Amino acid sequence: MLLEVRDLHVEFRTRDGVAKAVNGVNYSVDEGETLAVLGESGSGKSVTAQAVMGILDVPPGRIAGGEILFKGKDLLKMKEEERRRIRGADMAMIFQDALSSLNPVLSVGAQLGEMYEVHRGMSRKDAKAKAVELMDRVKIPAARERVGDYPHQFSGGMRQRIMIAMALALEPSLIIADEPTTALDVTVQAQVMDLLAELQRELNMGLILITHDLGVVADVADKIAVMYAGRIVEAAPVHEIYAAPAHPYTRGLLDSIPRLDQKGQELYAIKGLPPNLLAIPSGCAFNPRCPMARAVCRTDVPPLAQVGQDRASACFFWKECLGG
Amino acid sequence: MPEPEPEPGRRPPAYDPLQPGKGEAIAPTGQGGPMDLALDEAESLEKPLGDAPTGPGPQEKARSLWSDAWHQLRRNPVFIISSLMILFLVIIAIWPQLIASGDPLQCDLSKSQQGSSPGHPFGYDTQGCDVYTRTVYGARASITVGVCATLGAALLGSVLGGLAGFFGGWGDSLLSRVADIFFGIPVVLGGLVFLSVVTSTTVWPVVGFIVLLGWPQIARIGRGSVITAKQNDYVQAARALGAGNGRMLLRHVAPNAVAPVIVVATIALGTYIALEATLSFLGVGLRPPTVSWGIDISNAAPQIRNAPHMLLWPAGALSLTVLAFIMLGDAVRDALDPKLR
Repeated sequence: MLLEVRDLHVEFRTRDGVAKAVNGVNYSVDEGETLAVLGESGSGKSVTAQAVMGILDVPPGRIAGGEILFKGKDLLKMKEEERRRIRGADMAMIFQDALSSLNPVLSVGAQLGEMYEVHRGMSRKDAKAKAVELMDRVKIPAARERVGDYPHQFSGGMRQRIMIAMALALEPSLIIADEPTTALDVTVQAQVMDLLAELQRELNMGLILITHDLGVVADVADKIAVMYAGRIVEAAPVHEIYAAPAHPYTRGLLDSIPRLDQKGQELYAIKGLPPNLLAIPSGCAFNPRCPMARAVCRTDVPPLAQVGQDRASACFFWKECLGG
Repeated sequence: MPEPEPEPGRRPPAYDPLQPGKGEAIAPTGQGGPMDLALDEAESLEKPLGDAPTGPGPQEKARSLWSDAWHQLRRNPVFIISSLMILFLVIIAIWPQLIASGDPLQCDLSKSQQGSSPGHPFGYDTQGCDVYTRTVYGARASITVGVCATLGAALLGSVLGGLAGFFGGWGDSLLSRVADIFFGIPVVLGGLVFLSVVTSTTVWPVVGFIVLLGWPQIARIGRGSVITAKQNDYVQAARALGAGNGRMLLRHVAPNAVAPVIVVATIALGTYIALEATLSFLGVGLRPPTVSWGIDISNAAPQIRNAPHMLLWPAGALSLTVLAFIMLGDAVRDALDPKLR
């Protein structure tokens, strides 16, 4: 297994108390596999990724427990210097907004080349040649002429491709993409996702795709983990989850997708708001918004239980949910 | 490709108000000291300006914040006038013989307080020294003190402020409190106390004193803009791709945080020159035989009724010099802060 996150807990100390952002997350990714992590804003999907990358702001953040095994070694027990060498070279991250993720005062060539300077100790000239190669690889036209251009001179889609190039520069074995297409318009989204999927196949990388776009997920993911209030509420191979969700929250998400045959009807939305992380409801965190909630949901926390081949759901009534 | 509006990513970071409760600490310095002007500028820089930029942007292909700013500066008449004045001042500070043939220390008491005469357009002072020659030679002290003090304060302040802002924690708290203490020292009173024990006649004790009182202001601005810059996604991205602290600070944070420091330092330069003159006027700054406008103004002040020319020329030179540097600072600020465009 390439990456295994076991029972990870992350908290943030705030003025109003301790916000429990991640409460016992388990997931794993293998080489060449794509895991999509789905969830609303504040569900803990990005925080989990930051903990894996080791770029959590500490303090106020704190990893309260758990293990993150990367190629069998626990990242949380490593020294910072050792982790720094892994970052970028062996695991890399693609951020949501490529404009703000590129340094405005450095040319893209300098920023791409920096990867080789930092991790491979290359000279500036060699690094620049490598940068041109990378820009070619992510299909930026006239790479040689544009290598000295600044980020603001590129379009949104090209900037995101440059971010992808930067993350893939040293051919890492794991890529975490944090909502890589959210800031792009729909046609460009597809191009960027295709490019990412293509390069992933080529390099046989593990990919963790953090998103709230169910449409993107269906095309590229192998398996899905749905997060709610810092926990995984459902994990399943991608096709099964679309066919028959085993958690009412997943069902709600799927029902919220606009469909062509729904013309004229009101769009479905899950009632209520995501819970306040300072005061997560007792029992199942989803119970105040759940159409199937019963008394036991308000008192007991449902465990993430095996509900079939490679499937797990954290709902007491998963059978009813699966049945429809 | 025309660029109608500067894109958000190219702007220097917004000026974050610093930690709440720290604003009051600015007040003690604001008791009539010449550093007040720079403080006001610093404060107005920190305040976000409500309106979005509306003016027409540069029509040419803009490449970066710096080339953009340079382009803006070249077309600004304030910048052109002030830099010509400063160029002239720097030249006469280095080679005063170019325009003054006499010796500023060669005085003839028999000509005491005489008015203008051929070859001596500004007349003579009480000691019978040529006012024109002394005014020309006085530029050297003012420029030396202004430039050296600004360089010192900017280096010390931006290094300390930058490190404090980047690493945070107890070092940051300690530095901020120390800066507060220095802010609390009234400039003139502090000068009278510190400099009255110095016996050296060179400019260096004065430079040292101005650096000592000037660095906290720069440190505060530097700290604030580093804190703003380090929260940018690209710093996080650099970290996620394996950059160490030194690389992040020097390559990704510093270039994006240095603009406000440059602006404040340029404006402070003018006020430091005025501060040198103030201290020299009070008798604790530069001392004879150093030629300084402050000393000359001080000597001429009691005679203002019967020989006003002795006061007017050095005072006028001082005012023009300070004005030139403050105009330069203003022009640089306009160029580097797109929110003011």
